[in-house]
Amino acid sequence: MRVAGKGLIDRSRRVRFSFDGKTYGGFAGDTVASALLANGVKLMGRSFKYHRPRGVLSAGSEEPNALITVGKGAQAEPNVRATVQEIYDGLVTRSQNAWPSLDFDVMAANDLAAPFLGAGFYYKTFMWPKRFWEAVYEPIIRKAAGLGALSGQSNVDTYEKAFAFCDLLVIGAGPTGLMAALTAARAGADVVLVDEDSLMGGRLNAETGAVGHQSGAVWAAGVVAELSGMENVRLMSRTTVTGVYDGSTYGAIERVSQHHAERSGGRPVACFWRIVARHCVLAAGAIERPIAFQNNDRPGVMTAGAVRAYLNRWDVSPGKRVAVFGNNDDAHRTARDLVAAGVHVVGLIDARADVDVGDAAYPVFAGAQVCNTGGRNALESITVRTATGEHALQVDCLAVSGGWNPTVHLTCHMNGRPTWREDIQAFVPTEGAVPDMTVAGACNGVFSTAACLADGVAAGKAALKALGKRTAEVEVPVAEDAPYALEPLWAVAGKGRAWLDFQNDVSVKDIRQAAAENFKSVEHMKRYTTQGMATDQGKSSNIGALAILADATGRAIPETGTTTYRPPFVPVSIAAMGAGGQGHGFAPERWTTSHKRTEEMGAPMIEAGLWYRPSYFPKAGEATWRESCDREVGYVRKAVGVCDVSTLGKIDIQGPDAGKLLDFVYTNVFSTLKVGRVRYGLMLREDGTVMDDGTTARLGDDHFVMTTTTAAAGAVMRHLEFVSQCLHPEWEVAFTSVTEQWAQFAVAGPKARELLNGLVDAPIDGESWPFMACGPVSVGGVTGRLFRISFSGEHAYELAVPSRYGAALFDELVARSEKLGGGPYGMEALNVLRIEKGFITHAEIEGRATAFDVGMGRMISAKKDCIGKVMAARPGLVEEDRPQLVGLRPVKADGALTGGAHLFDAGAEPVRVNHQGHVSSVGFSPDLGCMIGLGFLRRGPARMGEVIDMVDHVRGVQTRVTVCAPVFIDPDGERVRG
Amino acid sequence: MRIDCPLCGARDRREFYYQGAAVMLARPAPDAGEAAWDAYLHLRDNPAGQTRELWQHEAGCGAWLMVTRDTVSHVISGVEMAEDVKRAAL
Amino acid sequence: MRFSGLRILREGLTGNKGWTSHWRDPEPKAEYDAIIIGGGGHGLSTAYYLAKNHGMTNIAVLEKGYLGGGNVGRNTTIVRANYGLEGNSQFYSHSLKLWEGLEQDLNYNAMMSQRGVLMLCHSDGQRDAFARRGNMMMAQGDDAELLDTEGVRRELPYLDFENTRFPIYGGLLHRRGGTARHDAVAWGYARGADSRGVDLIQQCEVTGIDIENGVVKGVQTTRGAIRAKKVGVVVAGRSSQVAAMAGMRLPIESHVLQAFVTEGLKPVIDHVVSFGMGHFYISQSDKGGLVFGGDLDFYASYAARGNLPMVEHVMEAGMTLMPMIGKAKVLRSWGGIMDMTPDGSPIIDRTETEGLFLNCGWCYGGFKAVPGSGHTFAHLMATGERHEAAAAFRLDRFRTGGGLMDEEATGSQHNLH
Repeated sequence: MRVAGKGLIDRSRRVRFSFDGKTYGGFAGDTVASALLANGVKLMGRSFKYHRPRGVLSAGSEEPNALITVGKGAQAEPNVRATVQEIYDGLVTRSQNAWPSLDFDVMAANDLAAPFLGAGFYYKTFMWPKRFWEAVYEPIIRKAAGLGALSGQSNVDTYEKAFAFCDLLVIGAGPTGLMAALTAARAGADVVLVDEDSLMGGRLNAETGAVGHQSGAVWAAGVVAELSGMENVRLMSRTTVTGVYDGSTYGAIERVSQHHAERSGGRPVACFWRIVARHCVLAAGAIERPIAFQNNDRPGVMTAGAVRAYLNRWDVSPGKRVAVFGNNDDAHRTARDLVAAGVHVVGLIDARADVDVGDAAYPVFAGAQVCNTGGRNALESITVRTATGEHALQVDCLAVSGGWNPTVHLTCHMNGRPTWREDIQAFVPTEGAVPDMTVAGACNGVFSTAACLADGVAAGKAALKALGKRTAEVEVPVAEDAPYALEPLWAVAGKGRAWLDFQNDVSVKDIRQAAAENFKSVEHMKRYTTQGMATDQGKSSNIGALAILADATGRAIPETGTTTYRPPFVPVSIAAMGAGGQGHGFAPERWTTSHKRTEEMGAPMIEAGLWYRPSYFPKAGEATWRESCDREVGYVRKAVGVCDVSTLGKIDIQGPDAGKLLDFVYTNVFSTLKVGRVRYGLMLREDGTVMDDGTTARLGDDHFVMTTTTAAAGAVMRHLEFVSQCLHPEWEVAFTSVTEQWAQFAVAGPKARELLNGLVDAPIDGESWPFMACGPVSVGGVTGRLFRISFSGEHAYELAVPSRYGAALFDELVARSEKLGGGPYGMEALNVLRIEKGFITHAEIEGRATAFDVGMGRMISAKKDCIGKVMAARPGLVEEDRPQLVGLRPVKADGALTGGAHLFDAGAEPVRVNHQGHVSSVGFSPDLGCMIGLGFLRRGPARMGEVIDMVDHVRGVQTRVTVCAPVFIDPDGERVRG
Repeated sequence: MRIDCPLCGARDRREFYYQGAAVMLARPAPDAGEAAWDAYLHLRDNPAGQTRELWQHEAGCGAWLMVTRDTVSHVISGVEMAEDVKRAAL
Repeated sequence: MRFSGLRILREGLTGNKGWTSHWRDPEPKAEYDAIIIGGGGHGLSTAYYLAKNHGMTNIAVLEKGYLGGGNVGRNTTIVRANYGLEGNSQFYSHSLKLWEGLEQDLNYNAMMSQRGVLMLCHSDGQRDAFARRGNMMMAQGDDAELLDTEGVRRELPYLDFENTRFPIYGGLLHRRGGTARHDAVAWGYARGADSRGVDLIQQCEVTGIDIENGVVKGVQTTRGAIRAKKVGVVVAGRSSQVAAMAGMRLPIESHVLQAFVTEGLKPVIDHVVSFGMGHFYISQSDKGGLVFGGDLDFYASYAARGNLPMVEHVMEAGMTLMPMIGKAKVLRSWGGIMDMTPDGSPIIDRTETEGLFLNCGWCYGGFKAVPGSGHTFAHLMATGERHEAAAAFRLDRFRTGGGLMDEEATGSQHNLH
């Protein structure tokens, strides 16, 4: 019901939206809650457990009842607070957790069974018969639980994340926050002022009191106008600070376009902010608390502050016949505002007996209480208990005030606990709970407008002092300064169920029962009853519940303590905090210089860490990847193959102590390596397991270039930095990653030299470039590097050029190799080629294997210390019984080998206690015409020729295999030297 | 959490790699014995309070840092170049 | 009082006035046969099995806060036996079997729900690693299925199979894995232990361990000295501090692990699902909240709270894997303190002090171990002998290098497991 002439809504802009399929009208500036109330709609939801009818309780984000689903299809967002969602033309909303309709909800039958569904009932039953829990009970419970529903479709909206930095973050733009921001901004500080509401001003927009010579709302708008004209101020409305983190870092969620239909142009729905502030003023206000009494949950029962907000800001009276129930003076303020607006106030029930009512324009019941309500889906009457007995009053709205709880939440996010103040019967923030934060105004227990304005100035000055800035003078305007007189009243005595947590259906009785069952710790009570675990996290109910618990256990409230306040202050969508992660945004993509050409050739790309590498290069007529792979293996074994190996880590190491460093990080000796030569090295972690392997070339006396595996490049770089900075800063050596600076290609096969000799500017031969030689070469006038190394066992080279020439060189290599009967090869062929030679990768050195395990124990030089040497010698790491590297061949040529299969003695039962090892790598060897594998077998080197069982339970494969040396081709290594 | 890198200034924690207690600076001699090596690599004081630990500004300058930090409050009270700490101990 | 549907009916009809205390609040006695330090899941289950299996009822559990207030009250409730290495494999298998009869054993509905745990793989190499793990599970007698992409699609049609950064190659499905109601597990064990005579003493912080000539004699507490012949330390998260009271320095670093729950939603995720290329795992509780988490924050901490970089990483991983959860709103985040060991596996062992036993190092995987840990630790405390299922969890394995169980294969750096 609108009340003419009041409010801050824009009556010139009519807005139409729908709720549960019915279209309603409202005005710009309305929330769904205010517009529905204006249309006389009181029933907006159903509670979680008993499906009791629910109407709006509050006018803010603390709302436990009026939760709706907004939008359609993939854009539907469940559990949106109707008190926060602004209306716009075309907005579609619907109710939740009710079937077949909100008015008539079948599940409301739960309420009839409530005596059997009290606190923790499910822990005591549903146990028989045993299988019924999962088969029958749990599915029913799951289906009944939950509130809104996800659409089930992938997110189609845009979300963003951003960083902001400032001198001062002011949280809350009520009278306190505005004054704090103004004080700091006028003094030149960089200020960010955030407020959850669409309209800054806080309670000033909901109250009738004047500030200075203006209404509070007009004064607030004036301050906002001044601030918005200042370059050092950033105003962020519709932004809620959700969490406080270390280093004065604040998380905040901004509703960027949830208040209008416009989603084009990449405009995000919401943005998650990380705000780093040198100082913070918290002016988050307070949240009004209800009073518990029988049937206090009926739609039409609201907090008094919410009634004033709907009346004064949104021009809506939530009822025609309103009663007010309170234990403090705010109740009277509510009654006065209603009367002034022409609303019929049936009575004011003040729990305080000694209250001075003056000449009230409404009936006052002093020392009285509301003890029950009547009605079905909406409030129709209340029962008032006075000294003379119980009286029924016909009302359609009851405004309740049990006092105010300062919004201490953010001050507790860093493990601070709030402090109880007896005079206001509420918890306030504990001094210093968050470093570099000043708490002011209502959230610090300061309640009058005048006191808040002054506290805001004081907080602004305190912030300036902390920032080391000089203060500017700010005049504090005149405003109401009424005292806050309150007599505690948490629950009205009586029969029936008096509700605390409206969403989770927790009553005073539930709390008392929990205490009787010895769930006396506030944490136990919460977990047993689910008090405060609903979507509002008990913002309006937790303190009341713990007051009941304190009473039930004979303790004082501060002794009982609060549960832990945790981020986020309001729920934040996963899409917002995970913005950028959807699809390929989750991790960077690294492309080699040959990437484009490789894709053009139709090669399927596979992920190798962050890199992409070709799996194989398919040719017309090939039906399976195996055919392509076999052909590519043939290139290398019979002609020449080309492969981009740029993804391997490359670290340039220079300095007089470079050799020392290498000797220390590798198990073997590098300081004796001659210039122009390459050596294979094995690198351990300090715990003795293998970290990585690769080749390192000596380009000059003080100059090496190390290669790492693709996977370990970052870890090795960090390791070298650790060794040089933390263990041996006295060594003169410097290094840098050059992985991206050089494009490098393997040219492998009997015709490798023939290919190169058409390409490099000066021909090479076996004498100038023997196996493991390296040095500069000129390629079309470009200085590159040539390494004669092989990961295939064939005569092979790796040719490196600066990256900008990589794409051109790859094209050239592919063309030349094809002319020689070869071509490019991918990861599948590379894997077969290296298995055939027994070369290890991270399938073998997977993090648990030692040098001993991979048959390289003797590579740990006895002549010097190195990282990992001492721990590698631990008795448990050199036991003969450890699984060690072997080759595996099927006894029958068509026998299958599978990676991850386990090894057992022939004929042994394939159970854990008989486990002998596992298969680490497998591939089909075209040369041998069968599958081959590498694996780890207990006492492997002593078991050559033994026939054992390979069992792959999960793939259903069992194969009899022969243990062999892990080299299948050219065991003497003649080809590589040819 | 923000760490004041001596070379780069205050940066968000996400730029840094954490390794562990700063005891890793004091690598035992190869012949120090089983107990010393076990203590170096495995055993930790693990205080609930102030501790010294090694971080690397991996996504920044690459410097290894010795950070003095409280494991209960997360307050960082000192950041030094690990290299300087190690040199002073040599 | 025995719980049953009939009892609920009777109480409901008589105003629910007959419910009695789940456990007593006894004053500590001067002496016990054994003391368990720590009233979390592991401590309570240890007490329960000491009383039930070994007839030790003159025992006490000392808890500095409230029962079940440690990691058993702040985890992501996952139960599974899908380990790949000898030692862990038999232990978690043993623990899962205890889970499977827990409600009837305790007369308490812990809501164990074997919804299936599905670990996704994103490369050929990872699939082989999962096959290796699945083969160990099956060799141990547990269940495992290796799914290909289509198999995963059948189970989890809502994943992003088209655009995700790391394509889904398949997964390892462990159907007997699932979730349980974490608090109820602690309360069920507490009630079971209490009813067998165990004294559960809350608000009683141990401040010292009395040792004479290498033999434990009792403990000092905020509620006075208590003598005991045997003392079990079961305080994961605070193990280093309590062990220090006995002069021990442990191979443990404490780290914070965060987790998250969304607002209640109608059923949408049936399994426990884990992502193989970013640290993210998720399930949906019976109440409807999506419960999910990721990796450690990676810095040592006793704060039981974390920071945004890991929060955001976890959310981003969720968005690349299953972007249909985008509109779900995170309701609450929290942190727990993890005992991280150098190989990521726990310790259940004797100490050099006679009568002093240690149960710690559960890293971020302690919840599913609650029954097995208590069961085997009770065996160790009662008999002095290691239980076969937990014999691998030796304290000396780091020193000797024998029997390391590095499931993550990341080496001895505590925070990398």
